[in-house]
Amino acid sequence: MKASDLAPAYDLVVIGGGPAGLAAAALAARAGLSTVLFDENPGVGGQIYRAIASSPVADRAVLGEDYWVGSDLAVEANASPALIVTGATVWSLDPSRVVGVSIAGQARLIQAGRVIIATGSLERPFPVPGWTLPGVMSAGGAQTLLKAQGLVPGGRTVMAGGGPLLWLLAAQILRAGGKLDAILDTTPRGNWLRALAHLPDFVLSPYFSKGLKLLREVRAKVRVIRIDRLQAVGDDRLREVVFGTGEGERRMPADLLLLHQGVVPNVNLAIAAGVAHAWNERQLCFEPVLDQDFETSVRGIAVAGDGAGIAGGTAAAERGRIAAIAAVRALKPEALVPDVQTVRQRLQRESMGRAFLDWLNRPADSFRQPEGETIVCRCEEVTARQVRDTADLGCEGPNQMKAFLRCGMGPCQGRLCGLTVTELIAAQRGTTPAEVGYYRLRPPVKPITLAELASLPIAEAERKAVER
Amino acid sequence: MAASDYDVAVVGGGLVGAATAWGLAREGCRVVVLDEGDRAVRASRGNFALVWVQSKGLGLPEYAGWTIRSSNAWGGFAQTLKEETGLDVSFQRPGGFHLALSEKELEARASILKRLHNQPGIVDYKTEIMDRAQVAKMLPDIGPEVVGGSFCPLDGHVNSLRLYRTLHTAIKARGVTYLPGRRVENITREGGEFRLATASGEIRAGKVALAAGNANMHLAPMVGLEAPMKPERGQIVVTERLRPFLNHPVVTLRQTDEGTVMIGDSKEESVDPAGLTLGVSATEAERAVRLFPLLANVNVVRTWSAIRVMTQDGFPIYDESETHPGAFTVCCHSGVTLAANHALAIAPMIARGALDTSLVAPFSARRFHVQAAG
Amino acid sequence: MFKRLADAGVAVAITVDGKHVGARSGDTVAAALIAAGIDHCRTTPVTGAPRAPYCLMGVCFECLVTIDGVGSRQGCLAPVRDGMTVETQSGKREAGR
Ligand SMILES: Cc1cc2nc3c(=O)[nH]c(=O)nc-3n(C[C@H](O)[C@H](O)[C@H](O)COP(=O)(O)OP(=O)(O)OC[C@H]3O[C@@H](n4cnc5c(N)ncnc54)[C@H](O)[C@@H]3O)c2cc1C
Ligand code: FES
Repeated sequence: MKASDLAPAYDLVVIGGGPAGLAAAALAARAGLSTVLFDENPGVGGQIYRAIASSPVADRAVLGEDYWVGSDLAVEANASPALIVTGATVWSLDPSRVVGVSIAGQARLIQAGRVIIATGSLERPFPVPGWTLPGVMSAGGAQTLLKAQGLVPGGRTVMAGGGPLLWLLAAQILRAGGKLDAILDTTPRGNWLRALAHLPDFVLSPYFSKGLKLLREVRAKVRVIRIDRLQAVGDDRLREVVFGTGEGERRMPADLLLLHQGVVPNVNLAIAAGVAHAWNERQLCFEPVLDQDFETSVRGIAVAGDGAGIAGGTAAAERGRIAAIAAVRALKPEALVPDVQTVRQRLQRESMGRAFLDWLNRPADSFRQPEGETIVCRCEEVTARQVRDTADLGCEGPNQMKAFLRCGMGPCQGRLCGLTVTELIAAQRGTTPAEVGYYRLRPPVKPITLAELASLPIAEAERKAVER
Repeated sequence: MAASDYDVAVVGGGLVGAATAWGLAREGCRVVVLDEGDRAVRASRGNFALVWVQSKGLGLPEYAGWTIRSSNAWGGFAQTLKEETGLDVSFQRPGGFHLALSEKELEARASILKRLHNQPGIVDYKTEIMDRAQVAKMLPDIGPEVVGGSFCPLDGHVNSLRLYRTLHTAIKARGVTYLPGRRVENITREGGEFRLATASGEIRAGKVALAAGNANMHLAPMVGLEAPMKPERGQIVVTERLRPFLNHPVVTLRQTDEGTVMIGDSKEESVDPAGLTLGVSATEAERAVRLFPLLANVNVVRTWSAIRVMTQDGFPIYDESETHPGAFTVCCHSGVTLAANHALAIAPMIARGALDTSLVAPFSARRFHVQAAG
Repeated sequence: MFKRLADAGVAVAITVDGKHVGARSGDTVAAALIAAGIDHCRTTPVTGAPRAPYCLMGVCFECLVTIDGVGSRQGCLAPVRDGMTVETQSGKREAGR
């Protein structure tokens, strides 16, 4: 598929081919909307069902049934009339729903009747000393290598952090025959107190039994050590992991350190489109402000899936369906759609137990608000000390910070530093992340080449603004 | 007047306000800078960072002299800032180009320069029209469509975001009080001092310097001054960091000391910084690739739009109030180019309490009335 | 650091900095580099520090490499193809490549 093969306009453009996007595209296309789904990865599935159609992991037990259920979504979407384009990066979306997309080095602008942003989540930044060293990788990264390429950690491997995904990945690695030297658990013990109030709900949810089983499975094979300090040490690559609690400090030689402390919505595209966001104190992240159909503050643009606030893969598919039903109702009121109340009820059941998990796994301040020479912005190599000092200079927010220090100005456009910078400013100035706010983002939200940008349609007035 | 909290309140903490505040602090004044918050519209965050001389002054020849004065002072200014803060703003003055992509563009260029330099009373400085071969000697990577350009040896550039940070670091070190999130809503003069009202309280100062960009339009009348403005939007495209390939800044395209390439110079009449039009970015990109084809495959990492601080005739306004003695306006478009003047010439005048008319009389807003009458 | 679980996938021949590397269909460039034990794929344009793929999902931009002569491509999003030439990047990218 080339960019030039796309139609100039579609009823619905879905951005992201994870569970939310696949479910939304399938439903909308079946109901008769001309629908295109773009995903920048080589295959659909999103993070949870990464490489669902091509995974070389033959033994189904390794990734588990919760992975393989994703096949149905992919099959359903492929069988629907929706056009599914992989290797397609969406780099721009404006409030009038013009979608900028790039396929194999060719850029196009597509007009959408409605848009569903289903770009999912990304792992929360984990800024510890040494996290930029080769040999340090996000746990999600290692999981992608396992799902998509059948690669398993082979050397001395340490995992550190917390949250359900860390334990899931540990189990998957072990089942695949990999070895883990240790799991360094960074979740603060005090979290139990906050979480306790939500325990009854959690016990009734499917997470309860699954979670316990997973913990037992992993703990039977790997040493788990509670820590409150962590450092990756090495010259040109990771050599050892240094960690400790209180006074004690230990060192462990390692080839690979896998970091994870939960996931947060991937907000870049929605923010660039002008969608209003708000701080979620329980999940410690920004998320779009949405109505019950997941429509944003910008008319005709919805955010579904984990991008709408973290709720997991199954919930993502239901959210995608609800957003798709709303899109169909808006554009083709006479079309037949599933009963939205039923979908809402399923979604409601899915969210049971999340509050408990969120409070229990809330990462510690010290792992979100680093000190000293720890790198905060990986692209521009800006340190925690610089951010804190500049906050003291009178810098009130991330946009002024960006101007002063270049944090968030590199190619990742703040995805790996945004939350850290906001939280550091809030901590340093004695205010809240909600007050401090987030980076202002502009297209392209993913880099495109100058030639691609140059190839876009230009109106006479726009040319005149430059050529004088 | 001793009762005042500060000798001078500078309204606006952008490049103009910060440079003025620094200069005032060097004169021994107790200075407070009142600024807006993180989401403020700030040309200081969105500018193109040229310290530019060529083409300046058509319509007001004194502006050329004023610009050259700053350009000449810039080296020392940067050096002093470095000594005070340890930060290098990377000021360079290798001479800069304006490039033409057609004979028509080149002719238009030549005719503007001719009119500019034919004005009576203009300082004598060199801007040379070069043909393609001459340009290619200095800019070997130009594309086949470049027919020539104009070159002025006085043109240069800095890292303007670092300048912005450096000025803030320097004012802090000199004891200036910087108050962000304090939009000034009203200014009155009572009992020989100025009272500046903000949502979170009043600030008192003996003098006030208005350096609030386009907002001077509303603030100036409060102290018997005027600042007729005509804000204008500009969009900029920035690439990833590249190895150095461009030795001279071009008015629409320059390589920063960090390696990124900035492409810009669009002009639209608008005050909406959120309204970024892709077609404008596309035009800038298209021209950039025609100027330097080797950039075609380079990644764009950001674009932004910023609102230029623009007076109605494009020239600076420096004024002191007759009705409210001690109130000054410092208002201009080229806050990077003129930073040295604001710090080293304007600030000492404000510290003394009177503008030096031999230097800045032509920049009084009174000129708007003279023109209207004439 | 990593070993291949199953020898699934067809062999795909690519070169990395001129040396032959055995990749598999289904590999991305970043995965192929990791499978081949290549420790870092670039050095940063700011301080020259070595970096390796971090997120493998397109968000961190640590996996930037030159693919078939075009610099700064995200290796974790680019599937390998027979005959592909990959070069690790050092520091700032060279314009024109
Ligand atoms: C690294 C990682 C691993 C995870 N592993 C698991 C797991 O094993 N089990 C589990 O239960 N949960 C897992 N999660 C959580 C899980 O991802 C979510 O609950 C679920 O995938 C949400 O579905 P979604 O459709 O909202 O988003 P996603 O599944 O994230 O899908 C979003 C898709 O959008 C695409 N995309 C993003 N930006 C653009 C753009 N600009 N242009 C084009 N396409 C774009 C992405 O390539 C991606 O394919 C993981 C999360 C992460 C970050
Ligand atoms: S490894 Fe993070 S973008 Fe490729």
